[in-house]
Amino acid sequence: MKKILLVGLGLMAGVAASTAVAEKKYDPGASDTEIKIGNTNPYSGPASAYGTIARSETAYFKSINDQGGINGRKIDFISLDDAYSPPKTVEQVRRLVEQEEVLFIFQSLGTPSNTAIHKYMNARKVPQLFVATGATKWGDPQNFPWTMGWQPNYQTEAHLYAKYLLENKPGARIAVLYQNDDYGKDYVKGFHDGLGNQPGRLITKEVSYEVTDPTVDSQIVTLQASGADTLFIIATPKFAAQAIRKAYDVGWRPMTFLNNVSSSVAAVLQPAGLEKSVGLITALYLKDPTDPQWDNDSPMKNWLAWMKKYYPEGDVRDFNNVYGYAVAQTLIQVLKQCGDDLSRQNIMTQAANLKNFEVSVLLPGIRINTSPTDFYPIEQVQLARFDGKRWVLFGEVLGK
Amino acid sequence: MSEGVKGKGERSCDAGLSARVWKAIGLAALLCAAVALPFLVSSYRVFQFNMVLIYAIVLLGLNILTGYNGQISLGHGAFYAIGAYVAAILMEHMGWPYWATLPVAGLTCFVFGFLFGLPALRLRGHYLALATFALAVAMPQILKYKHIEHWTGGVQGIVIIKPEAPFGLKITPDQWLYLFTLAIVVVMFVAGWNLLRGRVGRALVAIRDHPIAAEAMGVNSALYKTLTFGVSALFTGVAGALGAIVIQFVAPDSFTAGLSINFLIGIVIGGIASISGAFYGALFIQFVPNFADQISKAAPWAIYGVFLLTFVYLMPTGVAGFVRLAWMRMRGIGRISDPHRV
Repeated sequence: MKKILLVGLGLMAGVAASTAVAEKKYDPGASDTEIKIGNTNPYSGPASAYGTIARSETAYFKSINDQGGINGRKIDFISLDDAYSPPKTVEQVRRLVEQEEVLFIFQSLGTPSNTAIHKYMNARKVPQLFVATGATKWGDPQNFPWTMGWQPNYQTEAHLYAKYLLENKPGARIAVLYQNDDYGKDYVKGFHDGLGNQPGRLITKEVSYEVTDPTVDSQIVTLQASGADTLFIIATPKFAAQAIRKAYDVGWRPMTFLNNVSSSVAAVLQPAGLEKSVGLITALYLKDPTDPQWDNDSPMKNWLAWMKKYYPEGDVRDFNNVYGYAVAQTLIQVLKQCGDDLSRQNIMTQAANLKNFEVSVLLPGIRINTSPTDFYPIEQVQLARFDGKRWVLFGEVLGK
Repeated sequence: MSEGVKGKGERSCDAGLSARVWKAIGLAALLCAAVALPFLVSSYRVFQFNMVLIYAIVLLGLNILTGYNGQISLGHGAFYAIGAYVAAILMEHMGWPYWATLPVAGLTCFVFGFLFGLPALRLRGHYLALATFALAVAMPQILKYKHIEHWTGGVQGIVIIKPEAPFGLKITPDQWLYLFTLAIVVVMFVAGWNLLRGRVGRALVAIRDHPIAAEAMGVNSALYKTLTFGVSALFTGVAGALGAIVIQFVAPDSFTAGLSINFLIGIVIGGIASISGAFYGALFIQFVPNFADQISKAAPWAIYGVFLLTFVYLMPTGVAGFVRLAWMRMRGIGRISDPHRV
């Protein structure tokens, strides 16, 4: 009798276990207790200023684990240094995928680094999710179904400036300053496309600079001499600050568009001079922690409290820490949607199935939307004009 | 595998037959181990050891120039880059098979190295170091130059397709590339060993130690120095081409000035003027940064610095020198206990 009971119990347990197994689906890196996620980031080397992004993400996952994880699973976030060197990225990503057996790679940073692993990830069918670069090529589900970007891509942003110009200043004579690399050229391409069939007529002069140039002073003088009345600055923070200051100092007052990359009040506008920055137009999607208009905003207060608790050594003036916080939240949403099906295929399916998802530290009204044919999570931005103290948002949220 | 060519360059003090035989047996055993390695470890490790082999070729090339000939180069990353780009461009734009790109990469670098060696003749010591460093610093930007962008792909670089194993061999591309690289390593090291053990090697060392005396003995110092530059660049270029094929991607960001410095670190850690040192140095530059990163994310380079200081302090003649010393001591003890050998 006892034996029969035992066998019966055993059978029942077996059935229960098998149904449980049937419901749950795991690829390498996922289990009942854990989700293993890989990341590469430049903790050292020329781009080490971005290292704080992965640090804030690490801190965010820790805070999620402290609350019990996702569906009972803790996140094991393995972030490795690639020093912004593509060969190192290849090595580290192979270690993550083949040795550590992570479920997927999240937020690997840098356009050249991600290019180096692009084919590898897709050949291996391991998600390369929400890469930390704004290049346009990451949203190509047809050829690279395992790769997805996150932030608004450069072309979309430039497109919107062009559209604004065509509507509000159709006779503009435009000067363009851009960084001579893929990032700068991506913007220029988007801008040309946005101007439709008349970029040649509207753009009077385009001048580039190299990342290694000491200043862009001579470029600004050249652009001013072209007689343009509109300026589009496609530059990283240091050069953007120089361009703003130089244009002001030589007495040139064009209508100026500043790319989002350099919209930080603390990192760009203060060094350039706040009074010299009045009237600049940019496109925003994140709340800038150095912009006083968010001082009493409750999501930003939560962010600040979170920073103090989980990432106290981080700089609360650096919007890269808001960026890391926001993109980590997006990932958590994807993992929640995955439920108990933590296969690599389902990760991509759910990442491509975000519907009107809101992240509190993004600008009000901006929503994240993806679909099997749309691998660009954030495609909305809002234009803002600098009033000498803060970015004043105007118009509607633009983009899809 | 690191010991694959251990002791190759060292000239044993007593040319006893048994010592030579033992050396040959040891070498053969290590070579067998190196061949077996890719079938014993994961493909990620195979990839890492493949990089070690590639770095070993670079370090041998650099050691010929800096270790044996005394010309300091902080610019070998540039030759490595040229080799890599030659391979990538030939494969991408001309449809060449990967193996055919190696001789072209080597020859191109030989020409560049020889030409660079001409003005370098006038420079000594620190000045030469700075001149070569200028080359390393300039290289990433030269690769981005607008008018050759059509070939180099500008900042985007060039993505290469990974070659499959030929002849229907049932091994993975990683294993195949490792074995292919190992074969090249054997060829390059035998060539390097032949070059250095005889008349040429002695001439190089003589120029390093006493240029005037060397000239007095009839060594054409200028010719030797420029040729050495060329040969050194050739080794580096072949390694660069292999590196491009294994990484499957070249971009200017891959070849920063830091790479050249790493190579110099490699030969100093491995052992100046030592052939086997190339392997120790290659292991160091491949693995120590990873250890450092594992120990601290906040300051990986500080940890790396500690490793570097420790090595330099504990092994002032490089790992190869340390191993040689240990070996000689062991043999010394052996001689006393062995009555047949006096």
